[in-house]
Amino acid sequence: MSGSAARPFRVIGTRVAKLDAVEKVTGTVQYLPDLAMPGMVCGKILRTSVPHARIRRIDTRRAEALPGVLGVVTGSNVEQRPFGYAKDHLALKPDVVRCIRDEVAAVAAETDAIADEACRLIEVDYEALPAVFDPVDAMRPEAPQIHAQFPGNLVNFSYKFNAGDVDRAFREADVVVEGTYTLPYVTTACLGTMAAIAAWDPRGTLTMWSTTQIPFLYQRDLAEALGISGDRIRVLQPPVGGNFGRGLDLYPIDIIAALLARHVGRPVKIVFDRDEEFLASPTREPCVFTLRTAARADGTLLARDARVVIDNGAYVSWGSTTPYVMMTTLAGFYRCPAIRFDTAIVYTNNPYSGSMRGYGNLESTFAVEAQMDDLAERLGLDRLQIRRLNANRPGDRTPQGLRITTCALTECFDAVARDVARPIDYGPRPGWMRGVGYAGMFHVGGGARVYRSDGCGAIVKLDDFGKVTLVTGASEIGQGSETVLAMIVAEELGIPFGRVDVVNSDTAVKPWDVGVHASRTTFIAGNAALLAARDVKRQLLDLGALQLDEPVEALEVDDGFVVVRAAPQRRIAYDRVVRAGHFREGGRILIGQAFYDPPTQMLDKDFRGNVSVTYGFAAQAALVEVEEATGKIEVVRVASAHDVGRALNPVGCEGQIEGGIHMGLGYCLTEELKLREGRVLNPGFLDYKLLTAPDMPEILITLIETVDEAGPFGAKGLGEAGTIPISAAVANAVKDAVGVRLTALPMTPERVYQALRERDSGSPPRRPHRAPRRRASS
Amino acid sequence: MPDQSRPALDQYPLTLTVNGRSVRRDVPGERTLLELLREDLRLIGTNLACDSGDCGACTVLVDGRPQTACLVLALDLEGCEVTTVEGLAARWRRQLDRDAAGDPAPPRGAPAAGPASLHPVQQGFLEEGGAQCGFCTAGMVVAAVGLLEECLGAGRPPTEADIRAGLEGNLCRCTGYVKIVRAVQVAAERMRAARGPTP
Repeated sequence: MSGSAARPFRVIGTRVAKLDAVEKVTGTVQYLPDLAMPGMVCGKILRTSVPHARIRRIDTRRAEALPGVLGVVTGSNVEQRPFGYAKDHLALKPDVVRCIRDEVAAVAAETDAIADEACRLIEVDYEALPAVFDPVDAMRPEAPQIHAQFPGNLVNFSYKFNAGDVDRAFREADVVVEGTYTLPYVTTACLGTMAAIAAWDPRGTLTMWSTTQIPFLYQRDLAEALGISGDRIRVLQPPVGGNFGRGLDLYPIDIIAALLARHVGRPVKIVFDRDEEFLASPTREPCVFTLRTAARADGTLLARDARVVIDNGAYVSWGSTTPYVMMTTLAGFYRCPAIRFDTAIVYTNNPYSGSMRGYGNLESTFAVEAQMDDLAERLGLDRLQIRRLNANRPGDRTPQGLRITTCALTECFDAVARDVARPIDYGPRPGWMRGVGYAGMFHVGGGARVYRSDGCGAIVKLDDFGKVTLVTGASEIGQGSETVLAMIVAEELGIPFGRVDVVNSDTAVKPWDVGVHASRTTFIAGNAALLAARDVKRQLLDLGALQLDEPVEALEVDDGFVVVRAAPQRRIAYDRVVRAGHFREGGRILIGQAFYDPPTQMLDKDFRGNVSVTYGFAAQAALVEVEEATGKIEVVRVASAHDVGRALNPVGCEGQIEGGIHMGLGYCLTEELKLREGRVLNPGFLDYKLLTAPDMPEILITLIETVDEAGPFGAKGLGEAGTIPISAAVANAVKDAVGVRLTALPMTPERVYQALRERDSGSPPRRPHRAPRRRASS
Repeated sequence: MPDQSRPALDQYPLTLTVNGRSVRRDVPGERTLLELLREDLRLIGTNLACDSGDCGACTVLVDGRPQTACLVLALDLEGCEVTTVEGLAARWRRQLDRDAAGDPAPPRGAPAAGPASLHPVQQGFLEEGGAQCGFCTAGMVVAAVGLLEECLGAGRPPTEADIRAGLEGNLCRCTGYVKIVRAVQVAAERMRAARGPTP
């Protein structure tokens, strides 16, 4: 929705530093591990040493006898209830462990060192059970059963979607391409690890300091797991060292902190160390994506048919719901009339996956965009032309019923085609082949109704000294949401940006919100903040009308003054208007409030419905060089163009895209959580390789403003977009450079080298040191 | 929290300078510099992120050189000078003061160089959007100060490649390093301008 001000923007569209930037650059920000309070003790979790086992006996006596230990909890000395998306586990496992991250006991002690020592003194007698680590093996009839209530190890979620006559489309198609794509385990690898502090007061109220990004759903889920009512839990969200989806669910750390704190009668702090973070924080779900695409000779898409097998790991969290998003891209990205989509989500004895930025869309886009290139190659078409031909356009309705309103997908491709072709300041390197690849994406950009509500509340309070406080339900997780929300309030109120502060970290104060996910915060919380600002502005004008003795219609607020529109010299500073309200007889306070829940639908049982008010679109182009002798890929340049609706804070938009490209390139090139028999082999930054500053390519960003009438000042969601197409763009560029189609991520030198050898054994070897080629547009 | 499970006998006296102030403590042999800073001195700006020297989040300057505080034993720093993120602005002021003192004829009425409360690298990060979640920021800013002091001290302004190479040991999960590199470039220019050409 547009703002009510008719004047040009003063705040929106300017490059604004984050509200918390000074604290962050001076080291004065207090993250959860920095917090201390009287009586607080350290908590440590003991995890299983065997991936699948029955617990015969846990002996905690030696641990409890250690000086400095306050108490030990296990599944047998505390009361707890099943939790999680499928209510398929307990925080402390009482009888069976099913994966290597399973929690069997926890210790509270005066120091970290004592807690560690106490964990070593706990004796657990395991009876190992047969285990299964591969989802295909887990579906075999003879496979060990992981949960008695889920026969065949299948998670009982079905994601079948059908539209059009798929079989007929494939029979009648001029060309069919197919492939199987293998996507790995990766993890958010936040610099700040997961942490929790739990403190009970004597009245039985629990205060949690948490790294969650869904404070109100967390409150509900934690209450259920502890068997208390939600109003007895207050959630505080100190600044967090990254999240990227990690905080989208309740995890055992939170429940265990609360159980330990109650058991020992002291506040308990648990902070994961780095190994533990790699072992026990949520991952992106690994999957095998099999796809066929049918098209006419001119390149028009006719049908897609996909089946995805997801390794769910031992318990259900958000990882097993990613098909919601995979399906949306499969059925909606590029116009394609006939769709078949199906999944198998399989329990294994691997660690379980949660949500991670891009959430199912990276996987689906990787497959879909590989086949756009394969189709172009088979049909002898230009790779950009086939994309333009099939691109979504404003007014489209996807087979699932998603309504495309604003859409600049074609313009995004135009922009990246232009930017990636800019001259490079060095010539061809001997032995390196150069290539260009393209990929696009669409993603929810106007909220996402995955819960019955997609709402967010906002309160705007005007107070003495001109203090403007936005109390928002939305959470800041480092992405800059509080800054953009303050900009929206300042713009709508007509008050300088520097006067607005944001309160957003305490469920006892802030109004309800679903949480940070689905790139929804700028759009949903932004609309809520805009409406609340409009509400309080009306009250401010009413009060100003009394003081200026003018009809309210004659007034506006501009640059911090209530002004008579026709006679701008007649004006009162807004803080004086507010203050007069406090002291006037029959006085009033100025508080505006709003709840914004977008006009969308949940997907129905057939997976149809318009889940988002509007959708974000983007295209990326990658310029890569591949060393023939080693298989090494160097990404030289990434052009990234985004239909953002409107760029409210361009610094924030760019920051999200640049960081998204970093995360997506890691998925593409270097990151993989390696498992052997359910154990994580590389739980550290030395072996789980995040890209460093010298590893990163040049990044050229274009922000395209379609000014969506549903968004706050025209904005659409953006937070995940940078992450999504990049792997596909790089894979397509590698194909362009050296003629091999990589179908598994990450594209390590070993994998590329292997593919090059296979290419060479199947066809005459290429001349060495062939001059790198650059194609014009395809 | 001090480790009470250890007898006090294992502690040894240590004197060092932290952010310009002399510090004396009795320190156990296994205590790292990071533990000393965060737990004994409550300087929480330096963050613990990996505890194995792989991520750079705990980078501090030891005698002007960037080091990961999680890998340094406190007792090895007898007599050393340590600067953390909390001490950068004062370090910058001291450098400007020394420049002014060493200059026989400071220009009359010349404005005080730079804001007193932030180091130019901090100012660069602030303006360019170099911090998102901020967990790597303290270490990143300190590493950049070390890099720029070394380059500018040697009279060679850093190239973009120098900056990227100099920050290779510092991981960031939020920014893709784009705005961090830009912030350091901006800071390099300001530091050079503020301190004048190096002899």
